[in-house]
Amino acid sequence: MIVQSLVFYLFSAVAIGAAVMVISARNPVHSVLFLILTFFNAAGLFVLMGAEFIAMILVVVYVGAVAVLFLFVVMMLDIGFVEMRQGFLQYLPLGGLVGIVLLAELLVVTSGWLFSPQVSGTRAFPTPSPDHITNTDALGRILYTDYIYLFQGAGMVLLVAMVGAIVLTLRSRPGVRKQRVADQIDRHREDTIQIRKVQPGSGV
Amino acid sequence: MLYVLCIFLPLIGAVIAGLMGPWIKGRGAMIVTCGALLMSAMISPFILIDVGLKGHPQTIQIFTWISSGAFEVDWALRIDTLTAVMLVVVTVVSCAVHFYSIGYMSHDPSIPRFFSYLSLFTFFMLMLVTADNFVQLFFGWEGVGLASYLLIGFWYEKPSANAAAIKAFLVNRVGDFGFALGIMGVFALYGSVSFDAVFDATPGKAGATIEFLGGQYHALTVICLLLFIGAMGKSAQLGLHTWLPDAMEGPTPVSALIHAATMVTAGVFMVARLSPMFEYAPFALNVVAVVGASTALFAATIGICQNDIKRVIAYSTCSQLGYMFFACGVSAYAAGIFHLFTHAFFKALLFLGAGSVIHAMSAEQDMRKMGGIYKMVPLTYAMMWIGSLALVGVWPFAGYFSKDTVLEAAYAAATGPGAYAFWLGISAAFLTAFYSGRLIFMTFHGAPRADERVMAHVHESPKSMTIPLIVLALGAMFSGLVGYSVFVGDGMKAFWGDAILVLPNHTAMTDAHHVPTSVKFAPLVVGAVGLGLAFFMYMVKTELPARLAARFHYVYLFLYNKWYFDELFDWMFVRPAHYLGGELWREGDGKLIDALGPDGITAVTRNLAARASQLQSGYVYHYAFSMLIGVAGLVTLYMYLRGG
Amino acid sequence: MLEIGLSHYLTVAAILFTLGIFGIFLNRKNVIIILMSIELILLSVNINLVSFSVFLHDLAGQVFAMLVLTVAAAEAAIGLAIIVVYFRNRGTIAVEDINLMKG
Repeated sequence: MIVQSLVFYLFSAVAIGAAVMVISARNPVHSVLFLILTFFNAAGLFVLMGAEFIAMILVVVYVGAVAVLFLFVVMMLDIGFVEMRQGFLQYLPLGGLVGIVLLAELLVVTSGWLFSPQVSGTRAFPTPSPDHITNTDALGRILYTDYIYLFQGAGMVLLVAMVGAIVLTLRSRPGVRKQRVADQIDRHREDTIQIRKVQPGSGV
Repeated sequence: MLYVLCIFLPLIGAVIAGLMGPWIKGRGAMIVTCGALLMSAMISPFILIDVGLKGHPQTIQIFTWISSGAFEVDWALRIDTLTAVMLVVVTVVSCAVHFYSIGYMSHDPSIPRFFSYLSLFTFFMLMLVTADNFVQLFFGWEGVGLASYLLIGFWYEKPSANAAAIKAFLVNRVGDFGFALGIMGVFALYGSVSFDAVFDATPGKAGATIEFLGGQYHALTVICLLLFIGAMGKSAQLGLHTWLPDAMEGPTPVSALIHAATMVTAGVFMVARLSPMFEYAPFALNVVAVVGASTALFAATIGICQNDIKRVIAYSTCSQLGYMFFACGVSAYAAGIFHLFTHAFFKALLFLGAGSVIHAMSAEQDMRKMGGIYKMVPLTYAMMWIGSLALVGVWPFAGYFSKDTVLEAAYAAATGPGAYAFWLGISAAFLTAFYSGRLIFMTFHGAPRADERVMAHVHESPKSMTIPLIVLALGAMFSGLVGYSVFVGDGMKAFWGDAILVLPNHTAMTDAHHVPTSVKFAPLVVGAVGLGLAFFMYMVKTELPARLAARFHYVYLFLYNKWYFDELFDWMFVRPAHYLGGELWREGDGKLIDALGPDGITAVTRNLAARASQLQSGYVYHYAFSMLIGVAGLVTLYMYLRGG
Repeated sequence: MLEIGLSHYLTVAAILFTLGIFGIFLNRKNVIIILMSIELILLSVNINLVSFSVFLHDLAGQVFAMLVLTVAAAEAAIGLAIIVVYFRNRGTIAVEDINLMKG
């Protein structure tokens, strides 16, 4: 138990600390790296809870794809360091206050959580014990059967996002020469090669 | 039927000339209106003979006008002796003026409009004198006021004419306010506004009191005083007289018709018509007498210093109206109306003659620039003499009979107001003679003070202008002689009948014939002295007027500036009214109502909108922040409401 | 304190959520920070979902968390594409310079 709680506190503290650094780091690349750290720690929390599939997916998708994408964009746009501008302080009191209020309310709600007695009857898919099958296996069993439509829908969303991203950013820049393979293959020998009789020693 | 025609012909003429002016043009308008008036003027003497001499007064109902609960008003023509006398006066003078205007206004660009207004005025005046109830009287009253405004401001491109027209209307309005209150008082007291009902009920109401602002006052006195205020406005008595001299801005025929013979006499007519009521209000009669006498002297004192020929005659009218009023004030209504009758002729004659002079002098009206023309305009000269002699009261001209009777009645009244009236009347008679002589001598005699160009143009007026003068001159000469016995002499009772009521204890009229001889000749004597003095000062020692004016400089200024009444009224009423109006406009309307109303709402809307648009900063995180605040707020509310 | 229960995980999620919110409107730097803050928020939502799933012994929560993940990835991709295009056109992605919707 104690190891579990220690690990929990470790992972939570690092995650929260990294999140704070995400929003307050000066260098945007550092911000992205701290975001990656947050994700890792959140994955750790998930493993601790017993949802290892979600944890690994978090690492693979979020860290491996999304965060890398952030990094690409940050580096490509060459944003540079930005000093904290004056206006930050003027918003901090009110913004901070509202945020703290919201947090306090959330905590009030979450800390006193009690499950009602009927909840056990409302389970959609009872989690099978990990002794029988792994979390991954269990998820797979319901995802491809009961949630197949949602799954396919998620696939559509991804397809649309991919197409959308290409549509938004694709542009043809003038002055860039590209290979046009079809034209290359299409050349005829007659257009390109000419046989000329050359006298030795006289040049072309 | 004939009687109805007599009254309504001028209206038909006015309507045709007014509406069809562009088609029938000047000539057509003149023919229609003058023809209509001529017919009316020929019918009216028959009415006078029938009603007055033969004694057949009648009332002709036309139709019911208002019937609202207890308030019943009819259109009816009440034709008794008083009405008949006024009909003759109005139609004859109006007819003369119409014909005179053919020549006088021949070069004016808006002839149809002028004739239409003249006939319209005549109609309203006829309505006034034939009224059978107070409301119809008021209809005519207001109508003549309207016509006066239209005619004074006839040349509306002149700002002074417009100002004078407005002044006349406003001052009349003040009087009309009193008059309207009087009519309401009559209805409150009697329950009816019909003359017959009121006159029959008056003896019974002699002691009635009326409650006003918490005090009990003698009802008839209050009502009569209020009605007299209306008469003061219409007849330019002291206090509400300021409009009459300025009314000379209108064309001369207008001055002759309206401001000499007819409209201004409406007040006198009204007092005489309401004699059954005034007789029972002795205090009101005293007020009438005092005001009339004061006006008579007041206007005469101003008349001696004026330099505009029409102003002199205007103040003379004001003064003579004062005579008529104080005659009525001592219960000698017959004398007052008799003087009205003769005065209409000679005053209209004087005005039209003055118009002839102005016409001859190429529109010059200042007497200081006239002189030495009597040989060049002999007919006009003779007419002016006839009119002036009639005004001064020289035998056998008309004024002698009527003015003397008025003064005798005042003497015979033997009351305080009567004596006051008599002495002021005598003084005014002296001044009247003086300014009449002054007018003639300055205008026609002496060395010519106009330049050669004007003098070369001096010519006699055309026949269209001189024939009406002759007709009026006949009236000025003979109306006194002819009318004396029936108006105020032995035939008085039979002539007037029930038209005028005089209570048995008011004996001034009948005693007037028995005054001492000195009183009988006094007006003649002072008249002669006045004329002689004028002759002396303006023909013999011609430098005397200037020296006297310099010597008594302040007196001269006081009289020349009309006793500073205009300045007084300006300070008392006009300035405060302007100030009040200005303040109400700027502060009340502008700052208060506009600020709270349209301007205020616009400003608040703009303000709020400007502030609201600041929320649209363009920054996404601002929007996100406001969403967050909303969410936090809602969650707090939810938790609070759920008792969490 | 020692016994890690549901509330602990929910608290962590709440804190991460608040931090994400702060990141949206307290940042003065650039728009990428906003996108990263959105990722933080989505992460906190995921933690919530998975915690409930585990403590309720109901797998539906984890399935939903996966779908949220998918959508978050898609949204991050599109968002970054928009930023890239915006940067090409405007030359800046500093938060204060993006106020064309000002009215």
